[in-house]
Parts: sequence; structure tokens; C-alpha cells
Amino acid sequence: MTVPAIAFYCFAAGVLAGGLFTVISRHPVHSVLWLILAFLSSAGLFVLLGAEFVAMLLVIVYVGAVAVLFLFVVMMLDVDFAQLRAEMAKYLPLSLMIAIVLLMQLALAFGSWSFAPEAEDLRANIAPPLEETHNTAALGLLIYDDYILLFQLSGLILLVAMIGAIVLTLRHKEGIKRQDVLSQMYRDPAEALEIKDVKPGQGL
Amino acid sequence: MIGLEHYLTVAATLFIIGIFGLFLNRKNVIIILMSIELILLAVNINLVAFSAFLNDLTGQVFTLFVLTVAAAEAAIGLAILVCFFRNRGTIAVEDVNNMKG
Repeated sequence: MTVPAIAFYCFAAGVLAGGLFTVISRHPVHSVLWLILAFLSSAGLFVLLGAEFVAMLLVIVYVGAVAVLFLFVVMMLDVDFAQLRAEMAKYLPLSLMIAIVLLMQLALAFGSWSFAPEAEDLRANIAPPLEETHNTAALGLLIYDDYILLFQLSGLILLVAMIGAIVLTLRHKEGIKRQDVLSQMYRDPAEALEIKDVKPGQGL
Repeated sequence: MIGLEHYLTVAATLFIIGIFGLFLNRKNVIIILMSIELILLAVNINLVAFSAFLNDLTGQVFTLFVLTVAAAEAAIGLAILVCFFRNRGTIAVEDVNNMKG
């Protein structure tokens, strides 16, 4: 077995173990950690495939942002997870059945397939050879040229998601002191101060 | 030699695990969101594998867009979840009937 093959099997085992334990682990924090393992291993798979940019993006976006977001929410919500877990056994037979049926269907599809003869000619953006352009540069040339509209639209999707998340989770609590710049600037020292004549030994 | 079939098998199995998780954790919406992330990851592995073996960069470009949508979906989903938890004090999704739909 060659080194790439060993690496492939290690990363594949990481992805599948990560995915499986994400789904079945008892505590959501463990789930998130297994999810991170799945993401990192699939980033390794992408490196093996020669897609370095997508691999690094996966590490930064998924592990750095999405998984940490999940971790924050899991730790922030005070939920009795044991009670949610208790009914897992009830759904196990049904979900196992659905999974096996789907697996068999996919296995049937994978059993016999081949590339269409015209598949080679239908390629839209043939990757340049590695000596000429690296993966990241080639992708950049594509994204900022042919797919500029889609790229901008995906930025718009992220903007909408950001605004939506802020609007959904922002709340103004009553009874909290906030800074009010205008009223602080218009404050008149003559009205704010009052001189009281305190008699000795009596106080106010 | 590692061929395209190996990658497709990994992606298909990951997809099945994601579906399995959706049905297994009917009550815990956080794990459901994670299962959706797993499913999208399986799709990404398929796209990148085909892209690499056909020597066509389009698959990787679309992986970027799937990644974007997955990140946006996770953010919105978790925001809705936090909002729901504040209102109801639970994240059990089985009895979500606020909208009487």
C-alpha cells in the first residue's frame, strides 16, 4: 500500500467515525467535537484530491466558524440533554431501516456506472496543469471572472444571514442603564448640582 | 490505487449517516442541524472528487457556494434556535406549534 492510499484510508475512517459519533454521541459538546474531527478529516481528503483551497476553506469556515458557533450555542442553552436522549432508542429501528434502504439504493447506483463518452468534452473549466497555475490561483481566476455574479450573490447571502441572525437574537432588556450621548451632552451643570447646607452632627 | 469510487463511497456513507442522524435525533434540533452539515459535507466531497478526477474546476467553485450556503444556514438556524429557546425554555422540536401551521 502506498502512502497516499494509507492517508486516504485514515482520513476516510476519520470522516466516517466523526460523522457517526456526531450523530450517536450522548452529549452535544462531544457531538460538536466529533463534527470537528469529520471536517478536519475531510479537509485532509480534499488535500489528497489536490483541492488545497477548498480544504483550507473547510478548516477556516467550518472548524473555525460553524463548529465554534455550534459549541457556543450548545454551551449557552441550558437544556436537559439526557431527557432529549432518552427517546433515542424509540427512533432507532425506523432510522436504521431508512439508512439501510438508502444505502442499498446508493449501492445499486454505484454498482455499475461509467463516465458518459462526451463527459470529457463537456468540461466547462479545465484545470490548468499544476506547473502553470496552482489550485488557489486557478480558482481565483475562475471566481473573479466567470463566476463573479455568483460570487457576489453568495456574499449577499452571507450578509442576509448575518443581518437575520442579529435581528433574531438581539433583544432590548428593560431596566438596564445604557449610554445616551445626547442627553449626556445637553446636561446642564447648573441643574445637576445642588448645594446643601449640612449642619454639623445632624446630617441630611 | 485510490479511485473515484473510494471517494464516492465515503461521501455516500457520510450522507447516509447524516440522514440516519436526522431520524435518530428527532427531538434535539442541534444534532439535526449538525446532521444537515454532515449531509452538505458529503455533497462537497462528491463535488470535489468529481472535479479532481475529471480535471474540471467547476466542481470546486460550486463547493465554495455550497459552503457559503451551509454557513449561512447554520447561522440562521442557530439564531432561530436561540430565539425559540428564549420563548419556550426548551428546544424540543416535536411540539413546535407557535405558528399554528
